[in-house]
Amino acid sequence: MGSMTEQTTASPAGFGGMQARSAEALNTQARISVRNLDFFYGTNKALKSINLDLPDRQVTGMIGPSGCGKSTLLRVLNRMYSLYPGQRAEGEVLMDGRNMIDASVDLNELRSKVGMVFQKPTPFPMTIYDNIAFGIKLHEKLAKSELDDRVEWALSRAAIWGEVKDRLQSSAMGLSGGQQQRLCIARSIAVRPEVMLFDEPTSALDPISTLKIEELIDELKRDFTICIVTHNMQQAARCADQVAFFYLGELVEVAPAAQLFTAPREKRTQEYITGRFG
Amino acid sequence: MSTTTLSPLSKARNESAARSLGRRRKFVDSAVKWLCLAATVAGLFFLASIMGTLLWRGLESLSLNTLLTEFKPTSYGEDTAQAGGLRHAIIGSLIQTAIGTVIGTPIGLLVGTYLAEYARGSAFGNAVRFVSDVLLSAPSILIGLFIYQLVVLPMGGFSGIAGALALAIIVIPVVVRTTEDMLQLIPNTLREAVIGLGAPKWKMITLVCYKAAASGILTGILLAVARIAGETAPLLLTSFGNNVTSLDLSSAMASLPIAIYQQANSGFPDLIRIAWSGALLVTLGVLAINIIARAVLRGRH
Amino acid sequence: MPMETQSEHIVRSYDEQLRKVRDMLARMGGLAERQVNDATVALVRRDATLAAEVIGRDAALDQLEREVESFCIRILATRQPMAIDLRFIVTAMKVAHNLERIGDYARNAAKRSIVVAQQPTLGSLNGFSRMARLVQENLKAAIDALVNDDAEAAARVWGNDEPVDDVYNGIFREMLTFMMEDPRNITAATHLLFIAKNLERIGDHATNIAETVHYAVRGDSLPDERPKADSSAYAVVRPPE
Repeated sequence: MGSMTEQTTASPAGFGGMQARSAEALNTQARISVRNLDFFYGTNKALKSINLDLPDRQVTGMIGPSGCGKSTLLRVLNRMYSLYPGQRAEGEVLMDGRNMIDASVDLNELRSKVGMVFQKPTPFPMTIYDNIAFGIKLHEKLAKSELDDRVEWALSRAAIWGEVKDRLQSSAMGLSGGQQQRLCIARSIAVRPEVMLFDEPTSALDPISTLKIEELIDELKRDFTICIVTHNMQQAARCADQVAFFYLGELVEVAPAAQLFTAPREKRTQEYITGRFG
Repeated sequence: MSTTTLSPLSKARNESAARSLGRRRKFVDSAVKWLCLAATVAGLFFLASIMGTLLWRGLESLSLNTLLTEFKPTSYGEDTAQAGGLRHAIIGSLIQTAIGTVIGTPIGLLVGTYLAEYARGSAFGNAVRFVSDVLLSAPSILIGLFIYQLVVLPMGGFSGIAGALALAIIVIPVVVRTTEDMLQLIPNTLREAVIGLGAPKWKMITLVCYKAAASGILTGILLAVARIAGETAPLLLTSFGNNVTSLDLSSAMASLPIAIYQQANSGFPDLIRIAWSGALLVTLGVLAINIIARAVLRGRH
Repeated sequence: MPMETQSEHIVRSYDEQLRKVRDMLARMGGLAERQVNDATVALVRRDATLAAEVIGRDAALDQLEREVESFCIRILATRQPMAIDLRFIVTAMKVAHNLERIGDYARNAAKRSIVVAQQPTLGSLNGFSRMARLVQENLKAAIDALVNDDAEAAARVWGNDEPVDDVYNGIFREMLTFMMEDPRNITAATHLLFIAKNLERIGDHATNIAETVHYAVRGDSLPDERPKADSSAYAVVRPPE
């Protein structure tokens, strides 16, 4: 809500909060630009000529029925697909002027810039502290005290520090589902990425844990560019500044959330979000 | 659609047919239950009688002397009081089992890792998996023969190291199977989470996957140890057996199963008694390892 | 032109609920039209009984508004409507409110018509009949546009308020003239002025309805400024020298 009040004071004419917010979503500079992206699982074309900008420090929501390609796009953004033979992408994913699809890109470096949080919490089978320190140690050599500070910073940013500060040395597997998911977010943040990808981060959580994650996403977008795939349309409406609707591998419509959920331009979007899909 | 079939629900249920079906179901149900119980009782009976005989005959002559002295020759006419023991065989078994495990485990671990992490769905991986599975169920005498050809003949004689190598070959497929199975159980999202942090694959495997699969893999190794501790056939053709305590890996070496085999066949009552206590020792050892393996598995889950 | 036809929802009971809202609004619209009509007839024919009926029937309109509102809130809570459905539900609540206000104005007009009936006649009251007819036409067209999802028709209603304002301006001047001619006319003329103002407000609510219907169907708002011809706000009266 904090950002809303700021924007309201910034726009003197009327209750312009919502409009200011959506206008901003369109104006800011793109952190990642996807251009003419095609994606193939073997011979099966899963994404068809996608063009999409992820605005800097904004939340982009991706919605659509199962198999529409939204998760696939997410896995292109951090090249997760490179793990699997037979999957390939064509086109451009531009970040800092470089095409991240290019074979010459250092994948480990890319993934340190583009973090990912998964549908099911994936704590590593080690202590809470080691879970967070794991990613940091991959990319930086820090003294113990610096490492301690960074772990605390990451856990605090993920709003879980208070719950775990007294048991950093106990196993992460003992946390609840919602705590585990926030731990995973902390683990991603600890590497200090620029972009955070969330693949249905709350679909395995109860409603209260879900709200905590959503609050967290809202808080994190001050520093990170965020992309979230979700099946929950209310969640996309709540969290996202801009929403993209995918269907059968195509990007059907992308618009500020307030517009897409009240007055979408495309008939297919309308039918999907109102529950009329056949 | 004809007009007679309106809906599956419209037809009234035939209560008496339903009742007779229900009676039939109940009868089959209890018949299966009793058959299973009978089979279990039969199996347990034989197991219990083996255990019982083993305890009765084995404890009869088991003493500290059995553990601490080695083989003493005996002959008819003398008093049949037991003079010798099994020290040479116990030490030989421990040495060969340990070396076999130490050689076989890393190989099996790496092969299992290759199959689970690098060769999923590849033709070569499938071939390796098939060969490993064949090896898992191959008659162990064949493995003895193999080492006999490969090591014993070139070295010019039976040796402890040949026995250890034969046991190592038995360890490998067991560890391959459990390692692969345990790594397969790890959800792919956990792997992707590690990769997603920017970790190279080898770090993913060594720092996370092995940790996640540790208890399962350890259980597999313990089971492999239990298996080779009781193997007789491959040792017959490799380390052959020895009547004195020997720490020399290049010469023939005693082992518990072989000692049991030889002394039980000797016809001297005192040696036969020693063979019984040896059998009891092997059984208790394997049992202990199994129990530890179970405890490890339970402790982690 | 009716908008692109919407396919059915996957959940059939959702469609039924939305249809029910539409039916409720159509009923409310019909009742509101009748109230406006009867109030005007009661005025022109000096029929106090009919006026009393109008006053009595207003409670039914209030009741309907509450029903529409609670039903819409229930849909909001249980279905979380999106896009066109969301716009429709919000529009339905607004339309119900507008219709309830229309009912209030009709009741007020009916009340005043009872007083007017006890006063000497002032002129022909033809202007009132005309104004009522125009307003009713707009109201009916707006409700039809809602029921048929017809944004074009809604836009036409929205631009069609000018004649009503013209008639109102005429009545305003006429009543001022009556009052200046003879102070004894002041009671009747004042009430008639208020009745005319009520009718004019009813016309405004009809255009409000049209505006929200347009939003419901199209998703974008009509421009802020509506063609307006009510110049009475600037009228100045000078007594004869």
